[in-house]
Amino acid sequence: MDRREFLQSAALPSLAVLAAGRAAAAADSDAPFTVEARHYEKLANRKIRCKLCPRECVIDDRERGYCGVRENRGGAYYTLVHSRICAAHIDPMEKKPFFHFAPGTLAFSVATAGCNVNCRMCQNWDISQVRPEQVRATRISPRDLAQLARQYRCPSIAYTYSEPVVFYEYVIDAARAARAVGVKNVVVTGGFIQEDPLRELCGYVDAVKVDLKGITEKFYKDVVNGELKPVLNALVTLRRQKMWTEIVYLVIPTLNDSDQEFRDLARWVRSELGTDVPLHFSRFHPEYLLKNLPVTPLATLERAKAAADAEGLHYVYLGNVPGHPAESTYCPKCRRVVVERAGLTVQSIHLRKGKCQYCGQSIPGIWEV
Amino acid sequence: MRFTLNRRDLLKASLGAFWAGPVEGRSRVVISRDSALRAAGATPDEKRVLNLLDRALQACFDSDTPVDAWKQVVRPGETVGLKVNGLAGRGTASTSVRLVEAVCERLQQAGVPAKQIVVWDRLTSDLESAGFHDGSLGARVRCIGNDEAGYEDELAVFGRAGSLMSRTLTRTCDAVINLPVLKDHGIAGVTMALKNLFGAIHNPNKYHGNVGDPYVADVYMLPPIRQKVRLTICDAMTAQYEGGPSYMPQWSWPFNGLLVSRDPVALDYIGWQIIEKKRAEKGLPSLRALQREPTWIATAADARHRLGANDPKRIDRVEV
Repeated sequence: MDRREFLQSAALPSLAVLAAGRAAAAADSDAPFTVEARHYEKLANRKIRCKLCPRECVIDDRERGYCGVRENRGGAYYTLVHSRICAAHIDPMEKKPFFHFAPGTLAFSVATAGCNVNCRMCQNWDISQVRPEQVRATRISPRDLAQLARQYRCPSIAYTYSEPVVFYEYVIDAARAARAVGVKNVVVTGGFIQEDPLRELCGYVDAVKVDLKGITEKFYKDVVNGELKPVLNALVTLRRQKMWTEIVYLVIPTLNDSDQEFRDLARWVRSELGTDVPLHFSRFHPEYLLKNLPVTPLATLERAKAAADAEGLHYVYLGNVPGHPAESTYCPKCRRVVVERAGLTVQSIHLRKGKCQYCGQSIPGIWEV
Repeated sequence: MRFTLNRRDLLKASLGAFWAGPVEGRSRVVISRDSALRAAGATPDEKRVLNLLDRALQACFDSDTPVDAWKQVVRPGETVGLKVNGLAGRGTASTSVRLVEAVCERLQQAGVPAKQIVVWDRLTSDLESAGFHDGSLGARVRCIGNDEAGYEDELAVFGRAGSLMSRTLTRTCDAVINLPVLKDHGIAGVTMALKNLFGAIHNPNKYHGNVGDPYVADVYMLPPIRQKVRLTICDAMTAQYEGGPSYMPQWSWPFNGLLVSRDPVALDYIGWQIIEKKRAEKGLPSLRALQREPTWIATAADARHRLGANDPKRIDRVEV
């Protein structure tokens, strides 16, 4: 990021807040944001079954699903968050994190309210665990979003912060509008989505980062309020769809930080996705309903990386530890640094057409956008 | 501000326990009924509703007069919230306006000025669709949804529940009268006293998994709820045994009654049995057979919650 880009990104939040203030005053109604959902089935007695996420909420008339942003109105199902943006920022791609997708570029990053799980460690619970009418928002149409990305010189739009699965219809429409003007689309998700909508989504976006929050069903039940199996299935679907995918595993002291879990995770990734999928072990900070736990010790993160390295994964990173050598990308053949990072900043890139400039080894990723 | 008990809270909680009645020992659930409640038409008769309420309150508090009974619930000058259920619209499976009018009348006679009575629920639009708006209950009784009043900024936490609380509950009300409806619930099995307080939090959609167990009990444990709800008056004039919480006329019936108790768990247990009995009469499977038995009632009674009694041997069912 150069000085001008930094100033632009610093200015955006205030711009977004001002816009949100106006919208909050003007938009007492859900009407401008209400669009019929794409994936649901109608049932008897004005009920519906949502087919977007594996939860498959059966919802009565005038009720909402688990996500809180979709409502049954007279037997038809609607999203209430189409174009209803509650957070907009310009972030480095490394913040998502994507380390093998357009390194050193900016992503125009947006979110709506809502989420289809309820992680006890959520860092963004004030937007993910609320209903759309409980948070200030502004209307940004798909076309306006694409234009904003271009205006702020962002090669990509990131759908992130809360859970893009719950603003699925907006992601599809915005991604279509963005592609029409040459802007890429990346999704940061928990991966708790059914196969059909995921396959459809893959037709519109360019990369997906999945937060694989644990590797046991117990963890998903107790901490995430979700299920592991559908997330693993989603990762396999992404691979079959040849979607560029990176995985983040937030290491939480005492809850998902055993050697066995690190090994199981790495073995599953190796056997089901291959050794070239980037795996980021990220440091936990106490937040939301897990304020009683400490920050993840660096030694734990290094233990996780060692376990994954030992299983033969090629691209294992540590996150939220600025300055650590494991933030950089190393060529698996000659072991030289091919993308050098410090915090969220890319210091240097030593790739030529996706190959290590030292030994010619192909490094998987989407390096130019 | 995280809600944890300090000395002041402890004193308040003790006072609340005095008002609400101890949950140790026996619990009383009063069922008052009137088969001629709607003799003149579909809408319950105003005087008969008041009589129904009076009989229930007097039986619940062993009082000679209705006002004496109410004086055991509220003190003059307090601000009293009436937590209704307005989700299903007017004249259907929402709390009856007639019943709330009767409660307002008696509260005022017990020393609570009209301007200090607040009818509230989750959404102002739900209140309006159920017939509650400023002016509908006399000039000075206020009606307000949480969407207008807002929520606290900090989480209240107990067990699996972590929620922002309605400011109407935390800041406006000294005491709350819970006015749910006797009805089936497609996910949680039934919805009456305990579950009606989902309307006091910002995220009820997160708490319907596992038939609402333990969430319904955990939410009721959040200090502002536990300390301020003093009485439940369950509107069973029109009850619903299937297809809830939306109004389904084909599965509703005129129970023509009220269930009143200081113990929300005992009331929910008795209400659940009424619904099961009706389901059996109609040839429907039990809620257990449908995997929506309200197990959260037992959870609310367990050693961790102690919100009341679910053991029929400890519940006095009084019919008047």
